[in-house]
Amino acid sequence: MQRVGVFVCWCGSNIAGTVDVQAVSEALKNEPGVVFSANYQYMCSQAGQEMIKTAVKEHHLTGIVVCSCSPRMHEATFRKTAVAAGLNPYMVEIANIREQCSWVHKDVTAGTEKAIILGKAAIAKVNLNTPLTPGESPVTKRALVIGGGIAGIQTALDIADAGFPVDVVEKQPTIGGKMAQLDKTFPTLDCAACILTPKMVDVAQNDKIRIFSYSEVTDVRGFVGNFDVTIKKKARFVKEDVCTGCGACVEKCPMKKIPNEFNLGMDNRHAIYIPFAQAVPKVATIDPDACNMLKNGKCGICSKVCAAGAIDYKQKDEIIEETYGAIVVATGFNPISMEKFDEYAYSQSKDVITSLEFERLTNAAGPTAGMLVRPSDGKHPHTLVFVQCVGSRCESCAEKGKEYCSKICCMYTAKHAMLTRDKYPDTEVYVFYVDVRTPGKNFDEFYRRAVEEYGVKYVKGMVGKIVPEGDKLKVQASDLIANKQLHLDADLVVLAAAIEPDHSARPLATMLTASMDTNDFFTEAHPKLRPVESPTAGVFLSGTCQGPKDIPETVSQAGAAASKVIGLLVKDKLTGNPCVAIANELTCNGCSSCERVCPYGAISYLDKEFRMPDRTTKIRRVASVNPAVCQGCGACTVACPSGAMDLNGFMNNQIMAEVDAICK
Amino acid sequence: MKVRYFPGCTLKNRAKDLDTYAYRSAEALGITPEEIENWQCCGGVFTTARDEVATKLASVRALKDASDSNLPLVTVCSACHNVIKQTNHAMQTNKEFSDKVNRYLEADGGYNGEAEVYHYLEMLRDLVGFEKVKERVVNSLKGKKIAAYYGCLLLRPHKVMRMDDPENPTVMEDLLRALGADAVVYARRNECCGGYISVESPDAAKKNANAILENAKAAGAEMIITACPLCKYNLVKNGADIPVVYFTELLAEALGVKGEPNET
Repeated sequence: MQRVGVFVCWCGSNIAGTVDVQAVSEALKNEPGVVFSANYQYMCSQAGQEMIKTAVKEHHLTGIVVCSCSPRMHEATFRKTAVAAGLNPYMVEIANIREQCSWVHKDVTAGTEKAIILGKAAIAKVNLNTPLTPGESPVTKRALVIGGGIAGIQTALDIADAGFPVDVVEKQPTIGGKMAQLDKTFPTLDCAACILTPKMVDVAQNDKIRIFSYSEVTDVRGFVGNFDVTIKKKARFVKEDVCTGCGACVEKCPMKKIPNEFNLGMDNRHAIYIPFAQAVPKVATIDPDACNMLKNGKCGICSKVCAAGAIDYKQKDEIIEETYGAIVVATGFNPISMEKFDEYAYSQSKDVITSLEFERLTNAAGPTAGMLVRPSDGKHPHTLVFVQCVGSRCESCAEKGKEYCSKICCMYTAKHAMLTRDKYPDTEVYVFYVDVRTPGKNFDEFYRRAVEEYGVKYVKGMVGKIVPEGDKLKVQASDLIANKQLHLDADLVVLAAAIEPDHSARPLATMLTASMDTNDFFTEAHPKLRPVESPTAGVFLSGTCQGPKDIPETVSQAGAAASKVIGLLVKDKLTGNPCVAIANELTCNGCSSCERVCPYGAISYLDKEFRMPDRTTKIRRVASVNPAVCQGCGACTVACPSGAMDLNGFMNNQIMAEVDAICK
Repeated sequence: MKVRYFPGCTLKNRAKDLDTYAYRSAEALGITPEEIENWQCCGGVFTTARDEVATKLASVRALKDASDSNLPLVTVCSACHNVIKQTNHAMQTNKEFSDKVNRYLEADGGYNGEAEVYHYLEMLRDLVGFEKVKERVVNSLKGKKIAAYYGCLLLRPHKVMRMDDPENPTVMEDLLRALGADAVVYARRNECCGGYISVESPDAAKKNANAILENAKAAGAEMIITACPLCKYNLVKNGADIPVVYFTELLAEALGVKGEPNET
């Protein structure tokens, strides 16, 4: 029989305001096993914890029930108290009488009654608790960063700087991500390439960092400290270690009408290509869908002109298997497709472009060498209309857009408008907005400069329709402040498309068992206090995979994620969670139900010898749980048809005792 | 399959074509429209005054009739559909309104928005299926360049109407393609024709109607179809030089059940 102590917390007035704490501690005094019951203003305070320690000593307690806030808040605190008092930490049970009782009830009588019931359930459970000892697992001192944009680059550099090896997996042929496509960056207007490419070179030259470009993560197994990851390095038909990036092959390639992804299809590239001059790694890649040699064996020119002999038409996808202690997700974003927003005539006119296309159009390394011209006829545009919130904050059109604010559009649109007016003073520039949101260091000043110094015409209201007529774009919009309809003839329309997580994020989240929100952004462990960690241990979040962010925010978060990874990798061993599944071999019939539902691959089967009652020996197939991999989710205990699976700390008999106590 | 059918006033006068061909086509597609007995004017316009009850009672009666007979309620005029669907939505979501209506009606069992309302186009798409419509076509409209004109009321407000994307609708184009025609997609197909403003300010209506017609013709349209008598009125009155017909007439023609024209 346990000797249980009950400690009821007031939590100031948080609990005591709606629950008669004195009545609760009195009522619980008479429960089976209880030898001590008290209440105190703040049980988590130093004095409260001392009270528990003293009671353990004086009353020889073997189990502790704390009626307080959610175990997510202070279970760890009271477990430490138990250890300090000489008890096993798993002899503590928390009855949540705050979040699940006092905060949701208004009536003191009902609140008190419920708190007593919750306390009784915890007592019933602690009577059946057994001491548990966590295992230990080693930490592989290597990190994996998935995504090679600015977020992944910064995280990798920071981890490598602390001395740990890092692998960066990037699905494109080069690292650099979206930032490599940008022209200038707000609010300082320094050129994106000038600040990004040195970092890309740092990554390439850092001997702690390996880059797997043109590669994808295809499988993740294991757990924090020991993730077994499979990476598919796609065949680029060019030997990476031999290619010098001279570009001779590209010049001679006869297939030169392939839409250039890097310039968003606004110009063409060859079948063999280097995405841009500062690409890292600077090696060529053959597009297998466009190359004549790979499609029908006729050509081979690139192989003939390559002085280094780097072309390998027979190259195969390579599978790399590696173990990592920590994984950082930095999969980034994409602008949404404009397909469902054809009221803006994106599919009908070449002169309706997205903001990212505008970046390429004004970039000195872009398809027009930085000359702002209409894509349709190459003429200089005089009237430009920028439309903000295309697909963002779409409360009424959630099925085609996004309900959230994409956050970066207000600032980059101000930047586009300002730079256009600066470089081409003959232009008239309109920006249609729902709200202008500029909270950020020097952001509002920047927006005001666009309006006050550069004469950008900001109009509050949405564009309703764009009709291409002749060589003009008829823009129909509302001016909400003047309360009238506007009709403008524009030469170029720029749509600030909402941003969404990259499509590779969803399958990756499944592999990592990391949670996502309904918009496919990765969920953080705590929205305020643990913003760069995923709830899945050992998985960290960097950049826009977690939510829309600009570059300064992305870089801060990337550094934060790196520091969390470093904090993990400096540890030699990790203490595991003892609340894992256990199989009762005597009742297990080896049916595999538990293995099928286990999301972590923690269950395997053993053929074991059993002595039967008639003294014969029988070999039976039974389930076996790897405690280092099991996360204690309990799915197997529910799936097991013979009740052979149980969960330490949440045993079936403990749960039933709680239910009985509640229903009594 | 049977449906309860609400024609509306205009369909018994100026827009007889919309009504007659809707009937004939439905029968050719295996649908039996049962006209609601003693139906009354839908109210014409769904007033946005939330406490306004009287003008919405006739719609509720039609809805209750469909609900009592356990059949979908089918409408064909854009304006009637708009009023009836919005009224039904108000009955479902606005307790104060539905209580007030039920006190007026004193109908057996009351009514709280149980009926399902379909526009004739939705009926073709969701209950019959455009594939089946395609199979029944006997006079294909192959080679004809036809533009669909939606106007405002058919699709808006989207949250209530839930028929198609109000900015980029496709239902009528899909119908045209099922009938074999070339659907002409043009930007102004969901702009306002001018509506009732043609009474007070004919010039404003003329401007709108002309912009729509010019845009459709520039996109190559040889004919325009619509579901709304008022849209048709405004387009024709303001000098349409290509035919503007109801979609039901075109449907009946393709299905080979056009028969005798109405005397108008």
